[in-house]
Amino acid sequence: MPEEIKVGCARPTGGPVGEPVPLPEEKPQQRTKEVKSMVTVGQKAPDFTSSAYHRGKFVNVKLSEYLGKWVILCFYPGDFTFV
Amino acid sequence: MSVDSVFVHKMWNDHELSKMVQGGVPFAMLSDGGGKVGSVYGVYLQDAGVEARGRFIIDPDGIIQGFEVLTPPVGRNVSESIRQIQAFQHVRDSKGTEATPSGWKPGKLTLKPGPDLVGKVWEVWKTKMAFD
Repeated sequence: MPEEIKVGCARPTGGPVGEPVPLPEEKPQQRTKEVKSMVTVGQKAPDFTSSAYHRGKFVNVKLSEYLGKWVILCFYPGDFTFV
Repeated sequence: MSVDSVFVHKMWNDHELSKMVQGGVPFAMLSDGGGKVGSVYGVYLQDAGVEARGRFIIDPDGIIQGFEVLTPPVGRNVSESIRQIQAFQHVRDSKGTEATPSGWKPGKLTLKPGPDLVGKVWEVWKTKMAFD
């Protein structure tokens, strides 16, 4: 029987269960150095495009189009949680 | 920005947020399926599949001046974000000649860094100014 989940402020998630699925073997020569991608103050904000909902319309937003303005970029765990 | 689709953003705006803010959310609600942008900004939580409460202040040159990242259960303080933008705008308008010490708000004392200020901050800036 499905178990009822407690509603918290993060989105409930699932994932594969049971026997671990073997991952395709990685060829050693393809291994590249993992780059940690945390941004730094004083550095350029990485540009991106994103679909968005804005005042009744679906639009495409590009960060670099806001050059010349102050921007607050806000991330949150999910709709219907607080911000 | 969250990992939700623009369709869910619309539902949230129309059915809940518009009840909190007259006319609904005035700014763009961005969709980041898969957390691709969040990963670049270091706020995508892979295990949960969601984004942390990250807030970035980006200046008119596209430079990140500050950020704050919290885990999901604790919300942010909007007044503090606005205070920080006001401080960054003030510093920018002064072309870097002024700095805003701890607790600064518009109208309060700024510092003019230079040789004359070394060892003399205590004379103009008092600890209680960090809190009021």
